[in-house]
Amino acid sequence: MHRLPRPLHPGAWWLWAAGLAVAASRTTNPLLLLLILAVAAYVVTARRTDAPWARAFRFYLTFGLVVIAIRVILRCIFGGDESPTSHVLARLPEVPLPAWAAGVRIGGRISVEGVLAATYDGLRLATLLCCVGAANTLANPKRALRMLPGALYELGMAVVVAVSAAPQLVESTQRVARAGRLRGGLGRGRRAIRTIVAPVVHDALDRSLALAAAMDSRGYGRRTAVSPTARRTTGALLVAGLIGLCLGSYGLLSASDAPGLALPGTAGGVALCVLGLALGSRRVAHSEYRPDPWLWPEWAVVGSGVAAGALLVVASHLDPAGVVPPVSPLHWPSLPLLAVVGVLIAAAPAVAAPPPSSTPARRTKPEAGASRSPRETELAA
Amino acid sequence: MIDFENVSVRYPDGNEPVLRDVDLHVPEGELCLVVGTTGAGKSTLLGAVNGLVPTFTGGTLSGRVRVAGRDTRTHPPRDLADVVGVVGQDPAAGFVTDTVEEELAFGMEQLALPPAAMRKRVEETLDVLGLGPLRSRALRDLSGGQQQRVAIGSVLVTHPHVLVLDEPTSALDPVAAEDVLAAITRLVHDLGLTVLVAEHRLERVVQCADSIAYLPGDGRVEYGSPAEILGTSRIAPPVVELGRLAGWSPLPLSIRDARRRAPELRVRLENESPAAARPASPPASSPLLRARGVIVRYGDLVAVADADLDIGAGEVIALMGRNGCGKSSLLWALQGSGARQAGAVEVAGQEPSRLPSKAARRLVGLVPQTPGDLLYLDTVEAECAQADEDSGVEPGGTAALLARLAPDISADRHPRDLSEGQRLALVLAIQLAAAPAVLLLDEPTRGLDYDAKDRLARIVRGLAAAGHGIAVATHDVEFAARAVDRVVVLGDGEVVAEGTARDVLAASPAFAPQVAKILAPQRFLTVAEVEEVLAGVSP
Repeated sequence: MHRLPRPLHPGAWWLWAAGLAVAASRTTNPLLLLLILAVAAYVVTARRTDAPWARAFRFYLTFGLVVIAIRVILRCIFGGDESPTSHVLARLPEVPLPAWAAGVRIGGRISVEGVLAATYDGLRLATLLCCVGAANTLANPKRALRMLPGALYELGMAVVVAVSAAPQLVESTQRVARAGRLRGGLGRGRRAIRTIVAPVVHDALDRSLALAAAMDSRGYGRRTAVSPTARRTTGALLVAGLIGLCLGSYGLLSASDAPGLALPGTAGGVALCVLGLALGSRRVAHSEYRPDPWLWPEWAVVGSGVAAGALLVVASHLDPAGVVPPVSPLHWPSLPLLAVVGVLIAAAPAVAAPPPSSTPARRTKPEAGASRSPRETELAA
Repeated sequence: MIDFENVSVRYPDGNEPVLRDVDLHVPEGELCLVVGTTGAGKSTLLGAVNGLVPTFTGGTLSGRVRVAGRDTRTHPPRDLADVVGVVGQDPAAGFVTDTVEEELAFGMEQLALPPAAMRKRVEETLDVLGLGPLRSRALRDLSGGQQQRVAIGSVLVTHPHVLVLDEPTSALDPVAAEDVLAAITRLVHDLGLTVLVAEHRLERVVQCADSIAYLPGDGRVEYGSPAEILGTSRIAPPVVELGRLAGWSPLPLSIRDARRRAPELRVRLENESPAAARPASPPASSPLLRARGVIVRYGDLVAVADADLDIGAGEVIALMGRNGCGKSSLLWALQGSGARQAGAVEVAGQEPSRLPSKAARRLVGLVPQTPGDLLYLDTVEAECAQADEDSGVEPGGTAALLARLAPDISADRHPRDLSEGQRLALVLAIQLAAAPAVLLLDEPTRGLDYDAKDRLARIVRGLAAAGHGIAVATHDVEFAARAVDRVVVLGDGEVVAEGTARDVLAASPAFAPQVAKILAPQRFLTVAEVEEVLAGVSP
């Protein structure tokens, strides 16, 4: 069957990524983690658009490397390993600490096992990060915010506007910095900061006011008439729901004290909040242009993510040593078959998701290059 | 359709009300032009139509404003969104989303129209404004004219009865401006929209207007037919000024009207030539600035392609061409702060881009398109003092320059509170403090009214007379006709045409000033030239 290019529902991408993240969180097996990373990267390259946020995946990868490095370095500094069976890699001078700091150790022996455990752990964190990154790369963040319930629509819109203001801020900073050179350089120290910050902030404030006025005059924030009773009910439901949630999380976190509170509190709280939001949504009248449909590709993508997470959970019970390999004694980690199958299933969206709709090639003159406003950028229409 | 009843607006920091006892009734289906000098209250009048004044600006409004029967006291701007569409001065500043299609849909989403209706209206609007090919393009990548049309489209989709436009063509080149105006007139004719439009460059819009609301500056609003108002108003486009000079009645408003009356005037001017006022050609021997083979590119986009340019002492040249043809890039490259991939620029034997920025600005000064970017202190006085220090002139030097350029600026005002013209003068003074041989102005006439433009033209001529070489990038043909000696037309980064202002401007269909169009084949550019010659002919 022929599939037209269209963006996949952002919710489907997020659920898929969540499944993959669950899978990653269950394992420290570096081979499995690398496989998850590879799957995420493969799907991203296969199904991303050429929108600006879609180029962000490598930043997440870089960030992941930084996380691993930090984890290993911290382990080397604070994780002195005194176990007699471990293999010593190097020995740092140990800082003598007073008695009250017992349990904290700075410096000391660095063992292969320790470094390996830290690497595995860092790799798991990095993989989790990249799962979030994949979702962010594949799903249009602005469309994702549309999934918020109606009552939170205006909040979501504000976030969208704030997000689009960021590149404008960068642009106007570059413009002002260039203009600063026309006055003979930016000066030093405080003056340099002021030279840039004052015009940029002025500019940003002016823009925000203009935007607020424009949005208001286009109907943003319109309310439908709602009876005072309905308004009060909404408020009461939300407050009760939040109290329920608080009690529930208290029960969850301190399981020993109030075991009966956890589930009913959380469930009741969630239910009340959902009800309150649903009721509150009636006040905000807005509709959605071209809503994202939820069709079989969405189900397939979500299914593949959920399957990956579920299979990993099952595998971690069946074969704990394969999914979470011990670092001592040192050995090459094995590759548990069930887990591998689970992770590979998550690669399905590379085929199951419809191809992204292409946008025309963007040819932009950089603001920094010419101090021209974008409106000056004439392109062949 | 729009009814102002006894409306006064007063801002907290002003002693005098901006609008005083205004009674204005604009009937349905009329295109009403709002004219007035800077600070006369045009924006206040426009903002009051849908309640943005005083909701967003502060101040007090007394009296009553009604649009399509709804009172702005009881309806905030968002509840008027389905009857009034507002497009601000900078369309890009009002964009909420990223792509053309989403931007068009935004207003309808707020009004909770059903998705099927939205799809249909978006398609219709794309067609009406000729935006079809741009539908999925990013708003930031559009040219000024395209952005302006998207902004108009984004308010049209909700099918308002009233359209309010604040200087819709101020950032556009003549052709793009005509595009936008054509779209607006079509809306008035086809859909019966009531349009209220403020514009400084009357020459562009006056022929489309059904009526004019003139704000003389004392808080009153005079309302009447264009011919009636322009017969006596202090501001008028060149076509009207020429009509007044020649004693035509009723006054012509369009080139067509004027040409039909002009044969007699053309005969009177037949054997006269206007050239005397300016040097025919610049001293070509040793230009102050000499640029050869300048290339500026951003990635694979060529902004300036192998351009040569000379600027002589005592000469004013204009860089003209459509939006995005490389004027700004060329100016920045000449100054030395901008990117330049190849070519040579020489000022007084030195290459500005090789010098530190302090030294470069002593050779070439540049006033950028948004002069406010250069200002960061709290008062005009502090800015001047800082400029003295930066330029190494004795204290008070910049302030003295500023006093010559714009005597009416008080030293303790905040630079942000100045009018466009005053801010331009301040930045000009700051740049002149370094006594650069060559001065470059990027789009200086934007947002200036006729008086301010006149003053700028005099300043520019004065600087040229003092031996500076000046280049002005501008869309404003009337300003160019008045102030410059030589015109360089750029197209896609290449120098397309170069010659004296008279040769280039009079011959070009897009860049010819009104007087040239009316009096062709005689080659007069401004009303002042005609006046001078007439005074000589019949003393």
